[in-house]
Amino acid sequence: MTTPSTTSSRWRALTRHHLFWPVAVLVLLLLVNVPFTPDFFSIKMADGHLYGSLVSIVLFGSPLILVAVGMTLVIATGGIDLSVGAVVAITGALACSYISDQSDQSALSGVLLAMGLGLLAAVVCGLWNGFLVARMGIQPIIATLIIMVAGRGVAQLITDGQIITINSSPYKLIGGGYWLTLPFSIFVVAAVVAVTVVLTRRTALGLLVEAVGGNAEASRLVGIRSRRIKIMVYMFCALCAGIAGLMISSNTSAADGNNAGLWIELDAILAVVIGGTSLLGGRFSVGGTVIGALVIQTLTTTIYTIGVPTQTNLVFKAAVVIAVCLMQSPKFRAKVFGARFGAKGSTTPAAAPADTAATEAAPKMEVS
Amino acid sequence: MAEPRPVLEMTGIVKEFPGVRALSDVDFRLFPGEIHALMGENGAGKSTLIKVLTGVYSLDGGTITLDGRSVRIASPLQAQQAGISTVYQEVNLCPNLSVAENIFIGREPTRLGRIQWKQLRRRAAELVDRLGLDIDVSAPLSSYPLAVQQLVAIVRSLGTGDGEGPGTKVLVLDEPTSSLDRDEVLQLFALMRRLKDEGVAILFVSHFLDQIYEVCDRMTVLRNGTLVGEHMVRDLDQVGLVQLMLGKAMGQLDELHEHQLRSDVGETLLRADGLGRTGGIAPFDLEIKKGEVIGLAGLLGSGRTELARLLFGADQPDAGKVSIGGKQVSMSAPNDAIGAGVAFCSENRKSEGLVPDLTVRENIILALQASRGWTRPIPVSQRDELVAKYIKALDIRPANPEARVGQLSGGNQQKVLLARWLITQPKLLILDEPTRGIDIGAKAEIQKLVVSLSEDGMSVLYIAAELEEVLRLSHTIGVLRDRRLVAQIANGPEITTSRILETIASGEHQ
Repeated sequence: MTTPSTTSSRWRALTRHHLFWPVAVLVLLLLVNVPFTPDFFSIKMADGHLYGSLVSIVLFGSPLILVAVGMTLVIATGGIDLSVGAVVAITGALACSYISDQSDQSALSGVLLAMGLGLLAAVVCGLWNGFLVARMGIQPIIATLIIMVAGRGVAQLITDGQIITINSSPYKLIGGGYWLTLPFSIFVVAAVVAVTVVLTRRTALGLLVEAVGGNAEASRLVGIRSRRIKIMVYMFCALCAGIAGLMISSNTSAADGNNAGLWIELDAILAVVIGGTSLLGGRFSVGGTVIGALVIQTLTTTIYTIGVPTQTNLVFKAAVVIAVCLMQSPKFRAKVFGARFGAKGSTTPAAAPADTAATEAAPKMEVS
Repeated sequence: MAEPRPVLEMTGIVKEFPGVRALSDVDFRLFPGEIHALMGENGAGKSTLIKVLTGVYSLDGGTITLDGRSVRIASPLQAQQAGISTVYQEVNLCPNLSVAENIFIGREPTRLGRIQWKQLRRRAAELVDRLGLDIDVSAPLSSYPLAVQQLVAIVRSLGTGDGEGPGTKVLVLDEPTSSLDRDEVLQLFALMRRLKDEGVAILFVSHFLDQIYEVCDRMTVLRNGTLVGEHMVRDLDQVGLVQLMLGKAMGQLDELHEHQLRSDVGETLLRADGLGRTGGIAPFDLEIKKGEVIGLAGLLGSGRTELARLLFGADQPDAGKVSIGGKQVSMSAPNDAIGAGVAFCSENRKSEGLVPDLTVRENIILALQASRGWTRPIPVSQRDELVAKYIKALDIRPANPEARVGQLSGGNQQKVLLARWLITQPKLLILDEPTRGIDIGAKAEIQKLVVSLSEDGMSVLYIAAELEEVLRLSHTIGVLRDRRLVAQIANGPEITTSRILETIASGEHQ
């Protein structure tokens, strides 16, 4: 082995950064688009709004980012939340059905109340999940499966099995409006991400979440109130899903209890894993998750721009996801590219989950 | 000197971790038919060297020669295929399977894809017989004590003896004796000697110096990741060895012997009345005074840990009550005890103490942060100051608060746990086997710390397997036997280890 020069040691430090591989994958995916759409990176101004592929990726990816950010904290405690898709549907259904009952659908007070109602329902769902997991000791995957299945039914009860359409300009703003030339939802996402980062890193919440996920018994023995933390985290996750639900129903001005947020939980879990958070719990990265969600949205966009036939869409997506997960596994890199890219001795925590995700991703993606 | 050719030669071994050079330019050799001790303090590089040898870590420099051929060992499987077998401190077997299944797991004799159960059992029995062990191979592994499980792990590591592969040339035993009692150790030594006679080279790691002198032929001493020397055991006495390991003259331990225990213990801090838990420990009464060190003596499984866990609320008592500082505490969860000023360092550092993925700093502040709740983070400057202070005071190495705690050596991990509780300034510190599996230098440091904490008025409940250790530190010695606190003896010049042993053996207080 040669003595490491400054550049190679810098390169090494860079590749060891926990966001390096997610960002690299994102950049790579974006670049793939250029031969097919030469003006892929250009952003134009029209009618006082910014347009361009990059803007749309963030816009269409907004709900996924929100759900994935909430999911990150749940996964960091060693849990998982399968109910987020159903929570998206319930929130949208409640908000839209409330608005549709109003005489003036554009009245601000009515819209705010509708949103409050929707989010409250979301938080109650989260409380239920947290109660089952933390108090009753039910396995998270089973506990959250209950709302995943029953929640769709609740959403359809609210909408009477119909698709409720509304016509409300203030409500339209959340998921379909513009502010300061940018889609308003980008600001919502930015705010939620900022709040999450502050909440976890400026308080001790992040540390306690990582401790609970990293070693539950040790956490109990140092006096961490892990039940309380778990309930909080499930409530937060549901709140994020609720905001995503408002956004999705606002974007289409309609509440579809059947299809709103369908399978978004799987994309969200995938985004968390691509972002480098271990499915086993412990260390998490909100920034990584945001990038992971953008990777998935970019992939969806790319599939359309490069013209993959519709029938092979999902297979193609699955193949890319597997490749992405393999790229992130230090073990795999070491095997294929030699020791230079692989982490030596000390494997990063992302290694194992990335492997798991690779094997799990394929069947999941086929149904999404 | 006409020495035989070494079966294993490691030359110029280098291993680096981010920010730490764990091994620099270490040479090591092993001859067939010898038992070779690898000695060194915590963090000296023993475990790292073993992990490099067994393929857990990859090399950053140096060469390994096995039987005169240069080899690259990239994985534990490759090590095994090359004839290097390892048995770790913790038994990595499946307790729910039978002994025979454990021996053959993953390489069961099959015919047409089906396991030949009869043949498997017969061959396992032959193997066990050949090594002079009296074990029923069809019984589940869990029906045997840990010591026998360890022997089974060794049998398993030796291979199936049917000519597959090269057979074991090198057997690595990493602290196999740390939780065994004397008879069990003798059993293990008998097996080691038998294997040695068969020409196997055994690399033995133990913190018990007496054991090294009893069973080993040769030793290699490491310090701070470098080679200090290789010696024949008969040429180096214990004092010389300890000096080599510590890199300084003896005296650390003597100092402790001369240390006077604080004689004026204060008022009652904790009182347990009829506290007990079915299946854990029979109801007991115990009083701990301010500044008092209470040592618990008893065999493994006598209820030492169970007693300590009740006083911390780690297990819920089903009888009796506890009061601390005059106030009754419910002890329904660790939180209750922590709130009353009790701290508990579990004997299971990995499973019940550390969060391995978090940094040294995060692990140290965890208990304090938990008591403050998530909304009140410890201010960064105060946090860094506290962490730096305890890293320095306890001499945690590497002195890097950003290091992941899982990468530290056992002794340093123990110090991290101590630091975690000390910054909460507890009134009662419960230490369950704080010196298990750590080297003599760190042991002395921790014992000295206990003495000075007691002088500062902290009460300590001290559990250790070594009676000398308990005797040296405690004001009062609680003796346990068969999950019962049978005696509480005030320490004094007339109290000796044999006296305590008598009490343990007879279960009676004289």
